[in-house]
Amino acid sequence: MDNVIRRRTLGARMLRAGLYALLLVMALVYLLPLVVMLLTSIKPLEEIRAGALLSLPDSLTFAAWIKAWGTACTGMRCEGLSGYFMNSMSIAIPAVAISTLVGALNGYALTKWRFRGANLCFALLLFGCFIPFQVVLMPMARTLGWLGLASSTSGLVLVHVVYGIAFTTLFFRNYYVSVPDEMISAAKLDGAGFFRVFWRILLPVSGPIITVSVIWQFTQIWNDFLFGVAFAGFDSQPVTVALNNMVNTSTGVKEYNVDMAGAMIAALPTLVVYVLAGKYFVRGLTAGSVKG
Amino acid sequence: MSALEIRNVHKTFGNTEVLKNISLAIDSGEFLILVGPSGCGKSTLMNAIAGLEPVTAGEILIGGDDVTWRTPAERDIAMVFQSYALYPSMTVRQNIVFGLEMRKVPKAEREEAVARVADLLQITPLLDRKPSQLSGGQRQRVAMGRALAREPQIYLFDEPLSNLDAKLRVEMRTEIKKLHQRLGTTIVYVTHDQIEAMTLADRIAVMRDGKILQLGTPDEVYNDPADIFVAGFMGSPSMNFIRATLAGQPGSYRLSVDVGGEQPLVLPWPEARETPALIRHVGEPVTLGLRPEHFSEEDARLGDQVEGTLLNTTTTVVEPTGADLLLRVSLGDSEVTVRLGPKSCVVAGEPIALRIDMSRAVLFEPETEQRLA
Repeated sequence: MDNVIRRRTLGARMLRAGLYALLLVMALVYLLPLVVMLLTSIKPLEEIRAGALLSLPDSLTFAAWIKAWGTACTGMRCEGLSGYFMNSMSIAIPAVAISTLVGALNGYALTKWRFRGANLCFALLLFGCFIPFQVVLMPMARTLGWLGLASSTSGLVLVHVVYGIAFTTLFFRNYYVSVPDEMISAAKLDGAGFFRVFWRILLPVSGPIITVSVIWQFTQIWNDFLFGVAFAGFDSQPVTVALNNMVNTSTGVKEYNVDMAGAMIAALPTLVVYVLAGKYFVRGLTAGSVKG
Repeated sequence: MSALEIRNVHKTFGNTEVLKNISLAIDSGEFLILVGPSGCGKSTLMNAIAGLEPVTAGEILIGGDDVTWRTPAERDIAMVFQSYALYPSMTVRQNIVFGLEMRKVPKAEREEAVARVADLLQITPLLDRKPSQLSGGQRQRVAMGRALAREPQIYLFDEPLSNLDAKLRVEMRTEIKKLHQRLGTTIVYVTHDQIEAMTLADRIAVMRDGKILQLGTPDEVYNDPADIFVAGFMGSPSMNFIRATLAGQPGSYRLSVDVGGEQPLVLPWPEARETPALIRHVGEPVTLGLRPEHFSEEDARLGDQVEGTLLNTTTTVVEPTGADLLLRVSLGDSEVTVRLGPKSCVVAGEPIALRIDMSRAVLFEPETEQRLA
């Protein structure tokens, strides 16, 4: 039951029914591509060739998923997406962790240890949110080369951390602004220093915003294609690049079911993160704005 | 040796001077209250003592040591904040021991401190709860417990009662007073509530615009205010300020107050309260300060036996508070507040005869607002 008193005339009820019908149709339209992907990925190739996009599979098979994971060809190699999936993990996990931690420290310093020029510093960091990926490609390539990190996983981690700090700082700064300064003062009087206050007082209350930061960063980094294709080496390509290579391969028969299964595999981690932590995402984004 | 000494402290934010040459000293075991309207600098002074904000000039000494440039942790002070500032992720017990833990006090001693403080404040059943599960009054106790656990040289209280409801505030006020009497701690307490100041303090510093206008015992501040602001700020209802003209000579000064009629009301100034300054103001306007309780209802049976001048006037408003009866009575073209006993049967709009007790009246210079007598 929603908590609204509304008119109970026949006309009003009809209008409501119409509204729900419209919403349902829109939801179905929105979900359709996903449904087609899923259905296609579990059909044998012959059924797909028959052309019925929306029909349920006659014979259910997971062969396409297994092939996409283990044996599908991505360019020259035919080892499936599994290796690249792990590459993505080893890029995304450290990059998410580091950028979240640095963002939290930045937000903490910007709000609770206000120094001269803190606002300017924050404004410049904020500016980082508006720099398009393409702009930094060349300078970043030079920087990675100069650091000796070109074509390596650590190089990609660095790129994503640098790019993510602007966003994570913004998240944490806005969250920590609503944490009362008196709490920090109390901890200082109790004898806690900069890092002790951060670890013992601030981080334990940062759950919602950490969730926001992790979801945001994980989605960004996992779904990134441009940095992956530009800076990754042959052995460190993320799954997005591998998926592209697999789908765009020009040799052999076009295996739609394998392509769809591959796309699903590549999208799965972000979906899982959303399903597990999605409600905290919204909660964290609105925290502070309504809290008394 | 003073427990706390403040020497010529100045504090500026940009171009505004928030603290202007503040100096004060309190002894060990004293309860000092900084009181004043919002924006008077009392919280800034408190933060300066705590070390949360640096001062622009001057020195702060705690127990004889110059701590002006020491961090809050190095000052051996504890503070109770207005919002309590409990750590939300920790239980009450963890909140209380946090300061001891940071100072590397051994575990056994920490346990002992928790037990002692919890017993003192009667919060033992709450020790394993989180702050979010406590009521306002309980949080207040925990905040005090956190300060008491460390046994520092000075306790700072920053408007600790202002977030409580009226009834609880009075209860906690009594409790703080009891605690101070029992433990003999040195306390600096900031409030904007003059009743808290009067009831709790050994000494009160009344502040305005970054200056201490008067530093004295509650009795001095109430009965012997330094200027019109202090006189008006302390006491509720506030002191009545009446325009009058000074006449006479040493030994027989009089004040005449225009009450609208043909004859002004003449009030003889008590000889005991004469000051040498008065002679320079004969014939000039002065401001007479009379507290509401300096008026009393004329009792016909006693006649002229009672001290004081008779005033015949009319009541405009009657406000019974239960314990007292507050009246607004007209005095010329202005009104004054009068406090009478609850048994008086006064009706608004009716004439009333009042006696004015001049023995505790005060006189101010209207221009400078400084005390004359």
